[in-house]
Amino acid sequence: MKLSSRPNFLLELDWILILLYLLLVITGWFAIYATTFSTEQIALINLTTHYGKQLVWIGFSLIIIVFIFSLEASVFEKYSSILYIISLLMLLGLFIFGKTINGQTAWYSFGGFSLQPSEFVKATTALAVAKIMGDNLFNIKKLSDLRNVLIILIIPLILIMLQPDFGSAIIYFSFIFVLLRAGLSIQLFVSLFVIMLIFISTIKLGIKSTLITSLSLIGIFFFYAYKREKMFFRKYWHYVIGTVLLVFILIFSGDLVYKKMLKPHHKDRLVLWLRLEKDPSKIKTLKRSFGFNNDQSIKTIASGGLTGKGFLEGDRTNGKFVPEQHTDYIFSTIGEEFGFLGSSFVIILFVLLILRILQKAEMQKSKFSRIYGYGVASIFFVHFAINIGMVLDLLPTVGIPLPFFSYGGSSLWGFTILLFIFIKLDANKANEF
Amino acid sequence: MHNKGIILILLTIFSGLFFIGRLFYLQIIDDSLRNNPLNNAAITAKYDYPKRGYIYDRNDKLLVANQTSYDVMVVPNEVKNIDTLEFCNILSIDKDYFIKQIKKATKYSPRLASIFVEQVSKSDYAVLQEKMFLFKGFYIQKRILRNYPFNSAANVLGYISQVNEEKARTNSYYQQGELIGTQGVEKQYENVLRGVKGVKFFKRNIHNRIIGSYKNAEYDTLAVAGKDIQLTLDIELQQYGEWLLENKRGGVVAIEPETGEILALITAPSYNPNLMVGRDRSKHFNKLYYDKINKPLFDRSLQAQYSPGSTFKMVNALVALQEGVIGTQTKTRCYGGFKYGYKESAFMGCHCNSLGKPMKLTEAIYKSCNTYFSNSYIKTINKYTTTAEGMDRWSNRVKKFGLGNYLGYDLPVGQKGLIPDANYYNRYYPKGRWRVSYTISNAIGQGEVLTTPIQLANMTCAVANRGFYYTPHIVKKIENTPITNPEFVTPKNTDIDSKYFEYVVEGMSKVFTQADGTAYYSQVDGLDICGKTGTVENFIKVNGVKTALADHSIFIAFAPKKNPKIAIAVFIENGGYGSVVAAPIASLMIEKYLNKSIQNAWREQNVHDKNLFELEYNKQLTLLQIKNEVKQ
Repeated sequence: MKLSSRPNFLLELDWILILLYLLLVITGWFAIYATTFSTEQIALINLTTHYGKQLVWIGFSLIIIVFIFSLEASVFEKYSSILYIISLLMLLGLFIFGKTINGQTAWYSFGGFSLQPSEFVKATTALAVAKIMGDNLFNIKKLSDLRNVLIILIIPLILIMLQPDFGSAIIYFSFIFVLLRAGLSIQLFVSLFVIMLIFISTIKLGIKSTLITSLSLIGIFFFYAYKREKMFFRKYWHYVIGTVLLVFILIFSGDLVYKKMLKPHHKDRLVLWLRLEKDPSKIKTLKRSFGFNNDQSIKTIASGGLTGKGFLEGDRTNGKFVPEQHTDYIFSTIGEEFGFLGSSFVIILFVLLILRILQKAEMQKSKFSRIYGYGVASIFFVHFAINIGMVLDLLPTVGIPLPFFSYGGSSLWGFTILLFIFIKLDANKANEF
Repeated sequence: MHNKGIILILLTIFSGLFFIGRLFYLQIIDDSLRNNPLNNAAITAKYDYPKRGYIYDRNDKLLVANQTSYDVMVVPNEVKNIDTLEFCNILSIDKDYFIKQIKKATKYSPRLASIFVEQVSKSDYAVLQEKMFLFKGFYIQKRILRNYPFNSAANVLGYISQVNEEKARTNSYYQQGELIGTQGVEKQYENVLRGVKGVKFFKRNIHNRIIGSYKNAEYDTLAVAGKDIQLTLDIELQQYGEWLLENKRGGVVAIEPETGEILALITAPSYNPNLMVGRDRSKHFNKLYYDKINKPLFDRSLQAQYSPGSTFKMVNALVALQEGVIGTQTKTRCYGGFKYGYKESAFMGCHCNSLGKPMKLTEAIYKSCNTYFSNSYIKTINKYTTTAEGMDRWSNRVKKFGLGNYLGYDLPVGQKGLIPDANYYNRYYPKGRWRVSYTISNAIGQGEVLTTPIQLANMTCAVANRGFYYTPHIVKKIENTPITNPEFVTPKNTDIDSKYFEYVVEGMSKVFTQADGTAYYSQVDGLDICGKTGTVENFIKVNGVKTALADHSIFIAFAPKKNPKIAIAVFIENGGYGSVVAAPIASLMIEKYLNKSIQNAWREQNVHDKNLFELEYNKQLTLLQIKNEVKQ
């Protein structure tokens, strides 16, 4: 009905985004096929297999897309609060009706089919955030406004942490990019980053080198400040002393936390991640326990070489050497069977997708659409960065799916809804409501 | 406003580049992950072992064959609900052994197969085979063992053993636990005998289960059977020699001069090669390995270095003739010894009993006159302006007889021996402060000169051939094709005029035929054997005192005089004069080889019965024990 009312609707769609989406979904399906096919099952469409099911989910996704396109663009802004609340209720309902898989109560189960609401809350939260921040009176500098946004973010975060699903919870930190874009002081972001850097450096390089490095950097900074303003030390002496004191406290407390307060299994993860252990036999033991998935993953990827072993020819994939390969570790299949060229291609696709969303977001006339677009890009970015970082053994194991690739209906639909609401909003920018 | 949007753009681009960089490192730069054998965990190879080649002697007698044996293997994880008692009964093992083996296997790997009981007897196998289906987690693996029908020539044939971790790491062909030739011909001709194992690659999953062939069997290969080898050895002669050397220590080497083919290679004491096969292999090996007194694993025919004694006089004579310092008719008088210096002690005794009668070369040889050869040796060295130059000339000529270096035969062990040159003496007497008289012992094959029995036998071949030899070798044919290795089929020349050899050969002939020849009593009617005795003094230190032991008994010989068919060197430790033990052994073996029978049964019995352990070795042991006690 709405489609026919605007004959030029198809022309207004951003076909680049749609094309990227299709490429990712199709490549993803082939990767899932590679991880789960077996020579005994000849039929291409076998609904009992992962790839068969995924094909059904993809089909449903197309229906969802048509449905989104058929709605009025203004619906998303108008009903964002309701959608948000419904999705929160779905999260709450889990504690009563939810099904527990692998210790996480994250699923509704209907017969043979399960639904993971946290995959959809990403989209509704993005809408709710866009709604609040899209208000013309919203001012991020105002503490009460900022508080409102944070509340919207923290509720789903806590509910998901309670499942407990830390991987999905991390996603809500991606909204920091939305807040930054809206004018949140960047200093906060930078300071957090610096504190983390000091902490990691203390563990990795030791107290002495970290102290020397940070103090000399501070020294250089103060020296330039002094050059520019001779009165600097006299005027800001308390900042100077404060900074130096803070660095000391950070470094020594960081060391204390690492050595005394961290539980051994957390510590081992850090040891493995920051490559602190030099003894090869101990590294081996650690890799067998915590780093097993990541270790298998990079071995599998490395074995692909430049061009890969060919589709379905990945012996390590066939041998199911990488645990969770059809879900979180799906990228390792690409690495093995399509090599450096194939995996770089997928990475480029993701980078293009995120950049295109950002570009389009900046082009939105409506503040709501722009902020929503920014939220979408941030969510994709965090999924992409953490998932690939983990698969390439740059980050510790975190259960986060790779959008459009990882097996699972909920995650595919969640990401599809997230993206296509933006495409719909974008297509509508000419005749704003 | 727009500035702030740049953060996420930059982060996205940076992450993408960083990931591509990481991929580049993992997939293109870092070989360690790709070439790591662990990285091939997804592929497993199944080997098909071909038949190992048989070994025959020169008369087509089978020396080494294959014998099938069965190992019971276990995969600990798959062992379920079995009747342990019945299983133990069938295998005739007790419960403790069962538990111990399961523990050992589980420690190695719960998912992989390990040997549970090695080499089950044929009767056990028959019972087990029928009931195997009852014992889940166990299976029977066929394995090929070697079998030595003759219980002889262990030092020549060698044995096979399992590849150890070290070897498996350094040689990519072998996997740990596979079989490899470790001594003798088994080692030297390992690549010929073993053939090439076939390999099939399979993809497997993380649980080590086979999930299909790898790349449609594109890389799979078929096994190539090992080749049969025919040795130059005459097993009857070998066995006869081993029988004669019972209760003695020493080495005997017999070679066919016209080809360089080794007819017999005997070391004593030796061992039964079948000890190195079977369940108790390692027990037997340890026992042999740790027998530091008799050293049965030490091949005296190839590895023992002895002074050649008077057998070396032939070489010195030939060198002197070639150098022109003596003539074939040159006469020398001997008054019971040779004085090589001014001091009273600078005197070398002689037992030729010629009482000052002038002696020609031939006579000097069969009487083994020390004076004659000391004289000619000094003349040889002094022919050149400096002693050092003379020494080097002499050394080079002697080395032409295949002495003083590895001979290059096709067996895996050996020693260089020693033929000194000027450099050698310069090391002991710095700045060239040595004179020819210091080296006088070389004239009679004592002092610095060292040879192995095979070198001595080869030297005898050179004399028998009147000037050349073929590098001794043990393999005659590989898969019925005669060997063509130029090393073994091209003669090596001694660069000594063949006319000189006739006089030396004449002397060696008279060793047997003259009543005062040193081997007169070892003569065999109807055979014209040429030989030479050697007697080598030897000492051990007991409490720092040089104590003389019974002399080593040496004999070299060849026969017949014209167109020799066999050359032999016999070395018996502490056997006394060369004429006492070594000479009869040499002539008996020559007789056995040429006539296939022995005229004097009492003579061979006499030699065989001579027990040097009782006569000599135990005495030495007592001496050495005294020494040890004093030390303590």
